[in-house]
Amino acid sequence: MSTLRIGSAVSVRYRPRALAVGAVCTLLALATGVLALGSGDYPMSASDVLRTLTGGGSPAEDFIVNELRLPRVVTALLVGAALALAGALFQSLVRNPLGSPDILGFTQGAGAGALLVVLAGGSSLALAGGAIAGGTATGAAIYALAWRQGVQGSRLVLIGIGSAAILTGINGYLLTRTQLMDAARAMLWLTGSLDGRGWRDAVPLMIALAVLGPAVLLGAGRALQMLEMGDDAASGLGIRVERVRLALLATAVLLASLAAAAAGPVNFVALTAPQLAKRLTRAPGPNLLASMCTGAALLVTADYAAQRAFADHQLPVGVVTGVLGGGYLVWLLATERRAGRL
Amino acid sequence: MESGGSRLGGADLTLAYEKRIIAEGLTVAVPDRSFTVVVGPNACGKSTLLRALSRTLRPTAGSVLLDGQDIATVPARKVARTLGLLPQSSVAPDGITVAELVARGRYPHQGLLRQWSPRDEEVVAESMAATGVDSLADRLVDELSGGQRQRVWIAMALAQETPLLLLDEPTTYLDIAHQIEVLDLCARLHEEQGRTLVAVLHDLNHAARYATHLIAMRDGKVVASGPPTEIVTADLVEQVFKLPCRVIDCPETGTPLVVPAARRGAVRPEESRA
Repeated sequence: MSTLRIGSAVSVRYRPRALAVGAVCTLLALATGVLALGSGDYPMSASDVLRTLTGGGSPAEDFIVNELRLPRVVTALLVGAALALAGALFQSLVRNPLGSPDILGFTQGAGAGALLVVLAGGSSLALAGGAIAGGTATGAAIYALAWRQGVQGSRLVLIGIGSAAILTGINGYLLTRTQLMDAARAMLWLTGSLDGRGWRDAVPLMIALAVLGPAVLLGAGRALQMLEMGDDAASGLGIRVERVRLALLATAVLLASLAAAAAGPVNFVALTAPQLAKRLTRAPGPNLLASMCTGAALLVTADYAAQRAFADHQLPVGVVTGVLGGGYLVWLLATERRAGRL
Repeated sequence: MESGGSRLGGADLTLAYEKRIIAEGLTVAVPDRSFTVVVGPNACGKSTLLRALSRTLRPTAGSVLLDGQDIATVPARKVARTLGLLPQSSVAPDGITVAELVARGRYPHQGLLRQWSPRDEEVVAESMAATGVDSLADRLVDELSGGQRQRVWIAMALAQETPLLLLDEPTTYLDIAHQIEVLDLCARLHEEQGRTLVAVLHDLNHAARYATHLIAMRDGKVVASGPPTEIVTADLVEQVFKLPCRVIDCPETGTPLVVPAARRGAVRPEESRA
């Protein structure tokens, strides 16, 4: 821990290692982003990409980089950061490394909302709206079911896992009711894909992160640290436990739903990124900022790999994160069991 | 040492979890500068009372008064600067060091821009020294023994710098040597730092030995309260715990010592040897 002091009024504590991890992950995310911007049917060097990004490219280059490829990369960065922040909040609030929106049913809820829109033949804007509505409705339902003079983490996890199972069943049923064309569109969305993302997908998430990100990082990060020691301990330190928890859960559900609306339910990023960040920073606590940077780097890299893995066709990014994250989950379950934490 | 006043107390409290009522019409006062210990059989409501006094549990009726004001109307942070709590079960976050955990006790004194003042640093060092964990400052809390860990949590509560400190069963899960170590520490904090301590204890003999003010509870009611030497009698123990016993003077401290009556027909060691 280091302290930055300005006079006697300002003293800010930080961990040099956590800041370094955040900086390295951000650089990695941006570098991969530039690489992704330069690759495709019309390959460009990194310096050409940077020149085009700053407005110095030819009209053709400008169109390819800024219109065709940039929205996808920006969406990947934002979705990764939003999912990781949501995951870090959930894992901290329920005090369980398995507490992430794709395991607790929020992502499945967003999926159900999106599928209902597909069934009704709605536009892709309506599909995003359906995902947000489905995710937040699921969040509210799980919170209400888990409420018993306050919400306990373990209760929330169990009810969340149950809800995820039920919603997966419902989603399967909804898929059987769709027309073939709609089913293909729905399947692609359900896998999680960044294919063909435009600015209209990125902007809502950008606004949400710009508003909620600083609010959570500055306003609630320290309260969250206190909450990790248990409700009674936090309450003894002057935290309004239920109020803080409800506000943070709502924020996390909103972020996860917006991410799902933008890219579909990209699995395992919310689960993996906070744990990865924790191991890199070696710091206790929710590691919110480091998680966001890790998540952004993870998703933009996974999307780059998904586009390049096979020469003849692109994979949806959800396939890559699913394979990586699934392997990670097995490892996590095995080591946490051995450590007696599960 | 006790000045007769009371900064903390509860008036006509009804305490309940959902619909299950634990106590009704409960009135208690914690004498200032006392080491108050609450005793009673399991499920008598002693921990529930402590939770209400620390504002962790909101009374269904009646109010907890802190400095004459209903504690529910005082801002949470202000309460946390007056009244510290050592809960029964706290979780040490993974990978946290002793010094970092103790530093978290400073939370109610800090702000967004003032996260670590020289005063914070000073108080954390003092709290670690007072509890004898200063040599463990850089160790991980996970690696400590039960007794060390409990001292670290007490250090965190001390770092909160509150004149009132509530401890919920601080000796649970500790062996006898560590129980005495923790209670000696509490007695020292009470005497040397002049703090008002309220502890819930299971062991009646520990309570009688360390308390300056004892509150005996049964079925959500206060059966007796006062200095242990005045109120601990065989009749009271029988009434509160349903335990036939003798009360003798402790040969070590002179405080009341409760000796449970022998099982009828039990053979004494000297008789079996004869």
